[in-house]
Amino acid sequence: MEVNKKAYEAYVKEVTPVNKKFPNIIKAFLVGGIICTIGQICTTLIMNQGVEKDTASAWTTLILIAASVILTGLNIYPKITKFGGAGALVPITGFANSVVAPAVEFKSEGQVFGIGCKIFTIAGPVILYGILSSWILGVIAYVLKAFGIV
Amino acid sequence: MEFVKAFLVGGAICAVVQVVMDNTKLMPGRIMVLLVVIGSILGALGIYQPFSDWAGAGATVPLLGFGNSLWKGVLKSMGEDGFLGVFKGGFTASAVGISGALIFGYLGSIIFKPKMKS
Repeated sequence: MEVNKKAYEAYVKEVTPVNKKFPNIIKAFLVGGIICTIGQICTTLIMNQGVEKDTASAWTTLILIAASVILTGLNIYPKITKFGGAGALVPITGFANSVVAPAVEFKSEGQVFGIGCKIFTIAGPVILYGILSSWILGVIAYVLKAFGIV
Repeated sequence: MEFVKAFLVGGAICAVVQVVMDNTKLMPGRIMVLLVVIGSILGALGIYQPFSDWAGAGATVPLLGFGNSLWKGVLKSMGEDGFLGVFKGGFTASAVGISGALIFGYLGSIIFKPKMKS
């Protein structure tokens, strides 16, 4: 670990004067692009079976989540995140990772306060604010419709 | 062609978020919340769905697409159940994603061991 740290520091020193943010963007682009392409391959393959687009997207979501959970459990996804940054965080796989990772990490604290609570560490805020914002927008749309504006 | 679009669009969204992260030090949790909220707003403004139809998985796989599908659910239920639908649609539309993540997440936590700090 210490050796890695020193090697990393040396690497940072070597890279910093140029522009350390540029490679991050490229890496995020590549990793995010690849994950979305895998998603598109799943969607296309499922749609070729005669399934409609929204259903195919739902299956794709499920497949990507399952894949992410397995890769997180095998400690591979954290490596992808370390490399790809936002590229691994922004897709739905990043969300799945943030659900399973704390659940595994805190399983020793028990079914309820370990897995049960920690599984919502990131999922909780995401679900709360997602539901809340779409509700607020829904209420606005409902009112606008009621007054015949939209 | 659809694969190229998915790659370019998905990659571009991630690259933009990377720039935001590098310049603001926002934590991953906040980024995810922001993406979902922005996605539902873009959906409500009628921007995200046409974009999503064009970009395919490049737009549906990022969490922005999750936000958009929340909004789509609210709109659909509102058409069916009126005001009650505003309370129903979000969870209906996100049911697969949320249930999938929670169920697979739970199974994962049973199967896998915490990683050892090496």
